[in-house]
Amino acid sequence: MKMTYIKINLILLLLIAVSSLSWSQMETPVGSILLKGGNLITVSGEDLYETDLLIIDGIITDIGEGLSAPEGVEIKDVSGKYLMPGIVDAHSHVGLDAVNEMTNPITAEVRIADVINPYDIAFYHALAGGVTVSHAMHGSANVIGGQNQTIKHRYGHHHPDALIMDGAARTIKFALGENPIRVHGEGFTTIPNTRMGVEKVIRNAFDEALEYRKHWEKFRAVVDAGESALPPQYSERHEAILGVLDGKILIHCHSYRSDEIYMLMNVARDYDIDQLIFQHVNEGFKVAPELAEFGAMASVFSDWWSFKFEVYYSTAYNTTILSQNGVITSVNSDSRELIRHLYLEAAKAQRYGQLDDNETLRLITLNPAIQLGIEDRVGSLEVGKDGDVAIFNAHPLSIYTIPEYTFIDGVKYFDRYEDPDDMRMVIDIEEDLNHFMELKSGRGDHDCLH
Amino acid sequence: MRNKIYFITSSLILCYLTIFAQIIERPVYGCFLLQGGTVHTITNGSMEGDVLINEGRITAIGKDLNLPNNCELIDASEKEIYPGFIDAGTKLGLSEISSISLTRDFNEHGNLTPHMQALTAINPNGVPIAVTRVEGITTVLAAPSGGLLPGTAAVIDLFGYNPDQMYAGAKAMILEFPASGKRGRWDRRTAEKIEEDFEQAMERLNNFWKEAVRYKTLSNLETNEIRTIVQYESFLPVLSQEMPLFIEVNRAQDIVNAIEWAKDKEVKVVLTGVAEGWRLTKEILESGFPVITGPVLQTPSRAYDKYDRPYANAGAMHNAGIRVAIRTNETENVRNLPFNAGYAAAYGMGREEALRAVTIVPAKILGLDDQMGSLEVGKKANLFISNGDPFEPRTQIEQVFIRGWKIPMESRHTQLYDQFLERTPGAQMND
Repeated sequence: MKMTYIKINLILLLLIAVSSLSWSQMETPVGSILLKGGNLITVSGEDLYETDLLIIDGIITDIGEGLSAPEGVEIKDVSGKYLMPGIVDAHSHVGLDAVNEMTNPITAEVRIADVINPYDIAFYHALAGGVTVSHAMHGSANVIGGQNQTIKHRYGHHHPDALIMDGAARTIKFALGENPIRVHGEGFTTIPNTRMGVEKVIRNAFDEALEYRKHWEKFRAVVDAGESALPPQYSERHEAILGVLDGKILIHCHSYRSDEIYMLMNVARDYDIDQLIFQHVNEGFKVAPELAEFGAMASVFSDWWSFKFEVYYSTAYNTTILSQNGVITSVNSDSRELIRHLYLEAAKAQRYGQLDDNETLRLITLNPAIQLGIEDRVGSLEVGKDGDVAIFNAHPLSIYTIPEYTFIDGVKYFDRYEDPDDMRMVIDIEEDLNHFMELKSGRGDHDCLH
Repeated sequence: MRNKIYFITSSLILCYLTIFAQIIERPVYGCFLLQGGTVHTITNGSMEGDVLINEGRITAIGKDLNLPNNCELIDASEKEIYPGFIDAGTKLGLSEISSISLTRDFNEHGNLTPHMQALTAINPNGVPIAVTRVEGITTVLAAPSGGLLPGTAAVIDLFGYNPDQMYAGAKAMILEFPASGKRGRWDRRTAEKIEEDFEQAMERLNNFWKEAVRYKTLSNLETNEIRTIVQYESFLPVLSQEMPLFIEVNRAQDIVNAIEWAKDKEVKVVLTGVAEGWRLTKEILESGFPVITGPVLQTPSRAYDKYDRPYANAGAMHNAGIRVAIRTNETENVRNLPFNAGYAAAYGMGREEALRAVTIVPAKILGLDDQMGSLEVGKKANLFISNGDPFEPRTQIEQVFIRGWKIPMESRHTQLYDQFLERTPGAQMND
């Protein structure tokens, strides 16, 4: 009898040991390839025509003319085609089993990393539009929502951790305005029921976290003095908020109206937070000089407006006004539909405000990379960066352009000419027979509240 | 003293009014000669030439036209001239802020409300209307939705101060054809319940049809005075084939059902939506029904379909010989029509056909091709001047004409741009 217990314990121990080997320690696949003779849109520098790009073991190792491939490295002729850095989407909810932990105005402790669903076909659709990296975000129900996760669209792997982008900055979702007010004020009849309440929820959360830190400091001082004391209760929520206050976790804040945007900048100043990234930020253009002065960044819709009152007085020229005022701006999808053609969404900044090609392509490459703290890894075609490349049959800002190949870490994840139609990873017979998405507007389906 | 204050006050008011009058650009009507552009007629090819607009109509197209007296010359050299785009499936004018139900006017209570008139509820001053027209979309079908027969849609030109000024002369009866399957992943009904709902809806529809036909027969008998029933009365134009019946249908099985249901009925049928039309090109072609499809920018309707099916759908149907127009099914972003057409063009339809699918083809389907959809002498002057291919995002739509009115190229969106691009004061008040 006793032996059996020991056996079970041993097995359990083994199981724990094996499962604690995380995917990142196992490493995701990397590839090597020489892309010959394409037109390179480097984004960070000049466009390079008829130029080769060499990726070795997932990293861009050389860019130039007449490069030769090391032994065993595949050579692909891409002459006449356009190569750009893999597109980065700074706001997405695809491939998530849950989006909104809407039970409390503050849920800083929950993590999107825990709900990644690697089987979502939307990852493949995104790849077919050249999008290699996305910022999987918590929804906007709570004033302080959960922690987001930057992912690479390594579709085809079964382990959720295979999609996680190691080394990306930690970020957290904040939300202002109608959504937290509707969910908590109107829904649960609790604070916040106004934009005044939203501000206080944030300030209180910050103050409570600082108070919590004092208790721990006091406890540690007592222990350090060699005396014994009861430790304060550990709080993952407060710990996460302290991460925000210490600048270790970036705030990505859902916001629309200019007054609430301005409010958060004031709050940030009071707590010495010097980095803010505003999401949606439809009225950002009204406080563009203030955003620029603060050094805050903006991640916007290309043209969405009027779907709720707080975006009624907005304009598709938002992207241009923010950019021209020196605010680092990205264009995001926030949608299963738009994530398939972010290069068109960016191009709209040329209709609504006439940004030049480089400024326009920055909106979906380098600028979102900066906002996610991954600009040293992706967002431009440069030696030393990840081998994330989107290849188009023509210039990506033309409406007639078709994405043809998408690489992540030098591995091909999308090939228009080797696409067998059905790209699902799991087959559900029920779904086959019945599943038809009756989607009637370009906005697609969504459960993130916007 | 008092007089002085009056003087200053009235001067200030006058001054303010003068400034105010200057910043509001007004639409202008009359004679315009668009000189020296590339004229894309759609129906007669493209050529270098001039277009003369007079009193609402296109009165001449050709090379080196003479400038009539009292006619404004508009330099269109190096520019492109296109007929205004037509979106034959929108809710434009019927909804202002979609999350606020009190601003939504496209779905009345009840399942069978064909007597609801979209034209009644179109807000001529709705902000999305100007936002749309300055991008070259001059005409839309504004359609009710929901239920079985949600109402009568109306074609409107996107300029005017009351619905009668905007009405473009055609209406369509909307039928939301009963769905035989799940409506999406949020649809939790059991298979039995879905079938029951479908059969109930079909029965309701067929009963309505039978009664409407009987009502028509009775109302034709001169001796028989019948009580007016508004639902059936409003359906008479459909039964007499004066008004088309737009059958909204997307799922493959539903398309099959709709064709089967409609084929023996003596009505003018148009299939709308038709997301899975590519699966059934043969059946649709044989039915002879034209199609208004869209949005093109849409996710595949089934997880196992090829990723680009929605982009390629319009082209697949067109290439099979079906008459296809492209719509957005949008409200505030109908301005995305050229981008929807551009994707259809790239994925199999070709640019020329995609262009026809937002001009002459919807005009034909709506029965308005003698009025719009191409640049031809005698047609209504709905057109625009652009500095390039209007499907390309970078292209600027520089001047729009609707019914011969030179439209101010302003909307809420451009006005906010003008106000805020270089905001004064900036971050500091300087005081």
